[in-house]
Amino acid sequence: MNILKVFQHLGHDTLNIFQTLGRAMLFFLHVLGGIPSVLMRPRLLMAQLYSVGVLSLALILVSGLFVGMVLGLQGYNTLVDFGATESLGLVVALSLVRELGPVLSSLLFSGRAGSALTAEIGLMKATEQLSGMEMMAVDPLKRVIAPRFLAGFLAMPLLAVIFSAIGILGGHLVVVDMIGVDAGAYWQMSEKVDFFSDVFNGIIKSIVFGLVVTWIAVFEGYDALPTSEGVSRATTRTVVFSAFATLGLDFLLTALMF
Amino acid sequence: MPDNNPIVVKIRQLKFSRGARYIFDDIDLDIQRGKITAIMGPSGTGKTTLLKLIGGQLRPDAGHIWVEEQNISRLSTNKLYQLRRRMGMLFQSGALLTDISVFDNVAFPLREHTNLPESMIRTLVLMKLQAVGLRGAHRLMPSELSGGMARRVALARAIALDPMMVMYDEPFTGQDPISMGVLVRLIRTINQALDLTSIVVSHDVNETLQIADYVYVLSHGKVVGHGTNAEIRHSQSEWVHQFIHAQADGPVPFHYPALDYRDDLLR
Ligand SMILES: Nc1ncnc2c1ncn2[C@@H]1O[C@H](COP(=O)(O)OP(=O)(O)O)[C@@H](O)[C@H]1O
Ligand SMILES: [Mg+2]
Repeated sequence: MNILKVFQHLGHDTLNIFQTLGRAMLFFLHVLGGIPSVLMRPRLLMAQLYSVGVLSLALILVSGLFVGMVLGLQGYNTLVDFGATESLGLVVALSLVRELGPVLSSLLFSGRAGSALTAEIGLMKATEQLSGMEMMAVDPLKRVIAPRFLAGFLAMPLLAVIFSAIGILGGHLVVVDMIGVDAGAYWQMSEKVDFFSDVFNGIIKSIVFGLVVTWIAVFEGYDALPTSEGVSRATTRTVVFSAFATLGLDFLLTALMF
Repeated sequence: MPDNNPIVVKIRQLKFSRGARYIFDDIDLDIQRGKITAIMGPSGTGKTTLLKLIGGQLRPDAGHIWVEEQNISRLSTNKLYQLRRRMGMLFQSGALLTDISVFDNVAFPLREHTNLPESMIRTLVLMKLQAVGLRGAHRLMPSELSGGMARRVALARAIALDPMMVMYDEPFTGQDPISMGVLVRLIRTINQALDLTSIVVSHDVNETLQIADYVYVLSHGKVVGHGTNAEIRHSQSEWVHQFIHAQADGPVPFHYPALDYRDDLLR
């Protein structure tokens, strides 16, 4: 009796998950179809790039700086025992470019911009603004969702690159300026970091994260129940699913790349 | 009906359900060109749902809806969007875009669907706002408007593209007596001045009967009565009588179906 109930629930939940995934897939295709019309109206895109990208910049800069500083400090404490402080720059740069830049900026991005996208779109749905657009013969997927999606997709890799760059400067601040390691040794990494395998792969990661995290954010908003509780839950889901997706995909991509 | 205007919206044998519950069970309905047709019924009878079906946002389970001879549920997305440009809809909430000003809200459909120069758009927007008496408010944001003003702005937006038909969802609900009066007159004047067809969905009997040419009364998924304004006022149908004269008891029960009250309390 109880076992039956358990299976019933399991089956029900599994079906729900697949239904949601199916909706998300169709939604994605429909939004992709709206991208050309966004490209023809750059002003729509600019406005979203500003709110999704530029407004996330301060968070990314501050976080990147501190992460770089911590990396420098921890790296120094470890490497100094081995007398290998000349590798510090390389340690900081590789950690950032390969891992921490893409991953942390994706997590921060979903918390800052993703949640905002979900809440905004969910509220537009709850207040019938999306419905109203449809009745004005304007497709909200093209007019509202597509520009936001494209903006997130474009902003994320840029933010990740900025995160890594500012992190390397943060490391410099601690290692060279405060601890006094030779600047030339710190910058040696610029010759050792391989552009293709390290930098490029890091950028690929951030492109994938940007795609997935923004997709989650706009889909959750669009799919939210049109009530205050529905929007609040959708916003939470955006942050949680984005974190899972980022970390899971990071493992997968790392295994494939390095 | 005395004069036979062409029919803009024709609904036949419409069925629509939500879950296991029938919202509409075999409904026939005609909307005549140039008239104001009221669709009345208690809250939750599916008046909003009916407008969404006419606008093609929902699909019927069975039956047909023709708008200007086009079968809504058979239209391609493109054709449906073409048709929607000629239908204005006033949502109960107004559904104004909250992040842009009154002016930009009214300009929205014009900017989306035409390539008019900005000076022309300005003229059109100000004309539409003038028609609803809110030209002076064009710089305000939607959050700065009262409920009645928001609805009038939404009306200006709904008529921006000079539609052939406007659908009003509960235009009088939650309005103070003054803005109620303003809206009642506005719907009448705009229908005449712009040569429109109007569908007014409402449960406000007095206001609606002031302006409606023809009335349908819905209850429990059926059309329980229809006729010209005068016919409805003097209807012999118990259902219609109960609704029009706002009586709590009659064929439409005040209580949601429940166990016997005494039994329920003593359980
Ligand atoms: N999205 C929905 N999902 C499920 N049921 C709904 C939905 N929208 C409306 N309903 C139900 O359909 C019925 C008709 O709703 P509605 O058309 O809004 O009524 P009205 O506008 O006459 O008050 C209501 O009982 C409502 O509970
Ligand atoms: Mg309603």
